[in-house]
Parts: sequence; structure tokens; C-alpha cells
Amino acid sequence: MNFDWNVAWHSVPALLDGLLTALLSIAIGYPLAIALGLLLVFPQRSARPWIRIPVRVVVEFIRSTPLLVQLFFLFYVLPAFGVELSAFATGAIGLGLHYATYTSEVFRAGIESVPTGQWDAATALNLSTTRTWWSVVLPQAIPKVLPPLGNYAIAMFKDTPQLTAITVLEVLSAARAEGAQTFRYLEAITMAGLLYLLVSLVLAWLARRVEQRYATTRGIA
Amino acid sequence: MTEDFITFRNVSKRFGKNVVLDDLCFSVRERQRITLIGPSGSGKTTILRMLMTLMRPDSGLITVGGDQLFPADEQQVARVRRRMTMVFQQYNLFPNMNVLRNITMAPMKVLGVPEDEAVDRARKLLELVGLTAKLSHYPSQLSGGQQQRVAIARALAMQPDVLLLDEVTAALDPELAAEVLDVLRDVADSLDVTMLCVTHAMRFARDISDQVLMFCTGKIIESGPPEQILEAPQHERTQRFLRSVLEEV
Amino acid sequence: MFGAAAMTTMLGLPIPLWQRLADGLAVTLQLTVFGALLAAVFAFLAGFARISRLRLVRGIAFGYTEAFRGLPALVVLFWLVFALPSLGWQLDPLAASVIAVALNIGAYGAEVVRSALAAIPPGQWDAATAVNLSRGQTLRMVILPQAVVTMIPSLSNLLIELLKATALVSLVYVQDLTFQGQIVRAATGKTAAVFLGLLLGYGLIALVLSGLMRALEHAAGKWAGRVVNS
Ligand SMILES: Nc1ncnc2c1ncn2[C@@H]1O[C@H](COP(=O)(O)OP(=O)(O)OP(=O)(O)O)[C@@H](O)[C@H]1O
Ligand SMILES: [Mg+2]
Repeated sequence: MNFDWNVAWHSVPALLDGLLTALLSIAIGYPLAIALGLLLVFPQRSARPWIRIPVRVVVEFIRSTPLLVQLFFLFYVLPAFGVELSAFATGAIGLGLHYATYTSEVFRAGIESVPTGQWDAATALNLSTTRTWWSVVLPQAIPKVLPPLGNYAIAMFKDTPQLTAITVLEVLSAARAEGAQTFRYLEAITMAGLLYLLVSLVLAWLARRVEQRYATTRGIA
Repeated sequence: MTEDFITFRNVSKRFGKNVVLDDLCFSVRERQRITLIGPSGSGKTTILRMLMTLMRPDSGLITVGGDQLFPADEQQVARVRRRMTMVFQQYNLFPNMNVLRNITMAPMKVLGVPEDEAVDRARKLLELVGLTAKLSHYPSQLSGGQQQRVAIARALAMQPDVLLLDEVTAALDPELAAEVLDVLRDVADSLDVTMLCVTHAMRFARDISDQVLMFCTGKIIESGPPEQILEAPQHERTQRFLRSVLEEV
Repeated sequence: MFGAAAMTTMLGLPIPLWQRLADGLAVTLQLTVFGALLAAVFAFLAGFARISRLRLVRGIAFGYTEAFRGLPALVVLFWLVFALPSLGWQLDPLAASVIAVALNIGAYGAEVVRSALAAIPPGQWDAATAVNLSRGQTLRMVILPQAVVTMIPSLSNLLIELLKATALVSLVYVQDLTFQGQIVRAATGKTAAVFLGLLLGYGLIALVLSGLMRALEHAAGKWAGRVVNS
């Protein structure tokens, strides 16, 4: 069997529909990962071990277990507790939760990369805690966290095909449906792959732009 | 009088707009001890790196013992590398090997010296540099001066005809620098190697060298025996350079 | 009949279902081990190829890393299982799974290898030339032993990512731990317990793998002479 470009082109509209769903799922999942990741930093930096250790264990646990099983867990178990969510919402939340464990690690490392001398200097200048965070710590931490955060946005996008397992109609689901209809999986899945590759490259380029823009406006090379 | 052993003929090198060597010509006879002095950025390191085949000129001709470098076939490069070795400002010891292994590895792997002979030679060299006790230490466990002395032993273990020394004491405190310079004086006394040495240690330069070359903006502006160049420099730029070096110390 | 079943249960789960989970675990471990070995081959080949003196070799390695870091592992897996057969290549699903996971993790690993090699100070290359080592000898005896030590923490993270990626194979009907978990869930209806158990199982494997990698890091540190100053 040869690759038939005609069949391939015919699958594109359906794939683009799926892409829209995938992008929407990260449009919800990514901000969630950022917000949750930030929230998770503080208990992990707590001086009290009975706060710090359980949170670290849970974060480590979520990070080192498969997203796919976590998606199944949310998809099948939440309804049993009376939480009825659409497959799409479950998928977006699952992505957000999984990646929050990565982003919180990024934020933690970013904050810890600011030398303690900077905190000392802020104290010596009698800056308030809020002022210290806003004017001293964050401006130094943000350039450090942007590149890994960008990478995780791309990684999250590349995990969206797993949502097919919980019936979300994203790109891979669309490709499977097309393949089932025409009995030609070759074209549909190949085109899906090319689409992912293209979008990943575009996202990578965007991420670099954001990094550079931030670096230049803040005068940090 | 022996014939020229190393020759630079009309050698030029630039990095972008920065002209580092400008139509440079000079030659060195076998067993000569040459000291290269000059302000920062005048191309001294570049010359040594070209001889070590770590860098190529843009134009001109470099020959070592009759072998031409750039363009050169692999055999010529191999012959030149075989005769030449270099000691660096930052020591560049291999941190994954202990002192003994740093010294014996290349003789064994490159020259095919049997292990017991290589170890024997290493022990003698460690004696020469005064570090017999540190045989099984790793570089990270040694002071800068000790590391540099090991680097000298490592270079000598290759039994080179030419020893290139690039500011080997520049990264060291005066006291540690003195240790290293003492070792190099012994080396100069006891071995027949040709030496090209970049240094700001003027007393040392006077003690060991037969000839001093003063570089400025990619050219040799003055050369001669050390007594003449260091004590009675003719060129205004040399006088200014020597004043600044002496003040520094 | 129910009495007999009660005799053969453990933690409320019939023994045959435990047997299924054990089989699934064996498949997951196999996938992890063989996937890691193949990924390591890809990573080191492509990582070293990135610093080759041959432009073509560099280009191929660059293409590989860029493509497989941009492609989702699941899509590669689906392609190998559902698309490749129509080009006349029928792979065993287990083999396709190992290859898909290894291609993906190998591409990230190649980046780790490349940057670890690039991080070795240029003075080490200079010194190796000064004692007349060949390029191969320099890589083998000077550069690699130093680079390996810096690679291990990142490779250890990738190993966990690889373990996680093996769960994807359940979607192409390879009977790994996740696949068998689904069967057990369907058979018992104990959804929460089964999935939580699965997650704990993966968590434990991850813990063991991290422990092994830490031991390896320690050993490599000693081997490469990073002796702690005392
Ligand atoms: N790889 C390179 N790329 C670009 N410029 C270089 C490179 N290597 C050397 N240069 C430039 O060439 C000039 C000469 O360098 P070189 O290291 O030979 O000087 P030097 O006389 O050894 O100076 P110093 O006393 O500071 O060691 C300098 O201006 C340096 O910036
Ligand atoms: Mg220099």
C-alpha cells in the first residue's frame, strides 16, 4: 500500500478539529498547572516537616506515575464521588494536576536560585515582604523559570493524545476515526504526527520569543 | 651553529576584524630557550596554540623540524604532535585520573610504553617536580601549584623535543608560582628540550632564556638576549610594558 | 462456589486476578528495561553524532532529536502499530512498544548526552591534544568519564519518564500493568482501589529505579575520580 496524499488531505479538517480541542485543553490545563504549581511551592518550603514532607511525597508521587493512569482514575473515580465532569474537563484537569508537580519544582528551583544575600540586602533596606518578593526575588527568578516553563507547555501539548483514552475527541482520536472510516490508518496517523510536529515546533519558537522578550526588556542577557 | 628548527614565515591570523598576528616571521633553533613577552592580546597564546596544532593560521607557513603545518597531511601533524607538548595556564589536568595515571596514560596509550616503564618514568618525573608523595591523589585534592607541577611532569613524560609553556604561573599565588618556576629551572638545566615560554615573571625569563621576543599588535617589535631586552630595552613600547609588569609585582 | 472463591482471595481480590497483575507487572518491567537499553543506545549514538566532524552525521542526529522531541510517544506508537503494517512491516506489538518508547526517550537522552559533552571545558580537549591523544582516545578516556557523571541525574529523570511512558502500550493492547489493571477493574468494579493500587505500584517501581540510579551516580562519581576533598 502506498501513501495516498488524497486520503491524507481529506483527513486534515477532522484533525484540525481535534487540534482545536487539544489546544483548548492546554488553554485550561496550563494555567491550572501554573497556579497549582505556585500554590504547591509554599508548603514544600515550609519549615514544619509535617507540612513539608507529606506535600513533597504527594508531589513526587504524582510526578513519577503515568498520566494515563491518573486520567483513568479521575475519569472513572470522580463520578463515583458525585463529581460529574465532561471527559474534556477531566482531561484538562488531569493535565493541569500532573504538570503542576513539574511547575512547582521549577518555581522552587527558581526561588532558591536567588542568592540569600539578596534577601539579606532586602532586610537591610527594610523592605516589606511583599516588596521583597515583587521587586527583588521575582525579577531574578522569572528569567530562570521561563525556559523550563516553556518546555513544559510543549510537553503538555504532546501529552494531549493520551486524552483519547478517556474519549476526548482530540487529534489522535480524529485520526483513529478517520482511519476506521477509510480503512487507511497510514495517512491519518502520519498526518496527525506531522501536525503534532508542526505545532510543537511553533510552540517551541513562541516559547523562545517570550524568553528573549523578557530577557531584553529586563536588561538581562 | 644548528639550523632553524621552528620557523614562522609571514604568518597572519585574525578573528573577525581583530588582527592578532600580522605577517609574523621568526625562527627558533633546536634547544633554544625563547621567552615571549608582550601586552595582553598581543597574540602570544595564539602562537603557542598554532604550534600545538590547536589552531590554524589564515595564511603563512609554519614548519617544525622540516614538517610543514597547515596544510599538512596526517603524518606530518602526527610527527609534529609527537615532538611537541604544551603546559597550560589552567593546568588542564584530567580530573578523572589520579596523578600517576595523568602522567602514565599518554605514554602508554600513545607511545606504547609498557606500564612498569611508564610508572618508573612517572616516579622519576614526580621526584623532579617534588611530588612523589601525591602519586595517588586526584587533581581536586592538590593545590594549584601542585597541579601545575603535575601538568609539567605529564608533559615531560611524553619526552618532547619542544615544550610550550603558556603563562604557567599566571593563575597562582606568588609563593606557589615560585615553586613552579623552581621546577622549571631544574627542567631547563637537566633536559635538552627546546622551550617556548610565555611569562610575566621577568627574573625567571632572564634566568632561563637565551632570547626574548617582545610582541605588540601581532608583530615582534624587539628581540634579543634577555639582558639586553629586559635591562636596556630600545623600543618605547617595551619600556612601557616592562615598567607596568614590574609595578604589578 | 462463593466459599471456594473466598479461599482464593487476597485483600479482597481473587488470586487469578492477582496473577494477571503480576503478569502485567512483568511486562511493564520488561518494557522498562529493554526500552531503557534501546533508549540509551539512541541517546549515546545521537548525542555523540551531534559533535561529529561530519556535517551529514550531525544533521541526521539533529533531525532525529528535533523530530522525536516534537512527536508524542503515543502517536509514534500508534504509527508503528497501525500505520506501518500497511507499508508491509508488521512489528510484534511488544517490539513496537519498546521501539516507540525508546525513540522518544532516546531523543531527550541525546540532548542530555550532547550538553554533557559540550559542558566539558575545552581545556580538556587541548590538554589531550598536547599529550597527543587521538580524538577517539580523548573521547573515551578523558571526555566521556567526566561527562557520564554529570549526565546521570538527568538520565535518571528520563528513566522515570520512560517508566511512565510504558503505560501507553496498554492502548495498543499490550498486556502491561495498566492493561491488566483495566481488566481487574472491569471484573471487580472496584475502580478507586484498583487505580490507586496501580498508581502505588508505579510509584514503587519509580522509587526503586531512582534508588538504583542514585547508587549508579555514586559509583560513577568514584570511578571518575570526583573524590570528596577531606
Ligand atoms: N577563539 C578566539 N575567538 C576570537 N578571538 C580570539 C580567540 N582566541 C583569541 N582571540 C583574540 O585574539 C587576540 C590574541 O589572543 P592571545 O590569547 O593570543 O593573546 P595573548 O598575547 O596570549 O594575551 P594574554 O596575555 O591576555 O594571554 C585577543 O584579542 C583575543 O581576544
Ligand atoms: Mg595568553
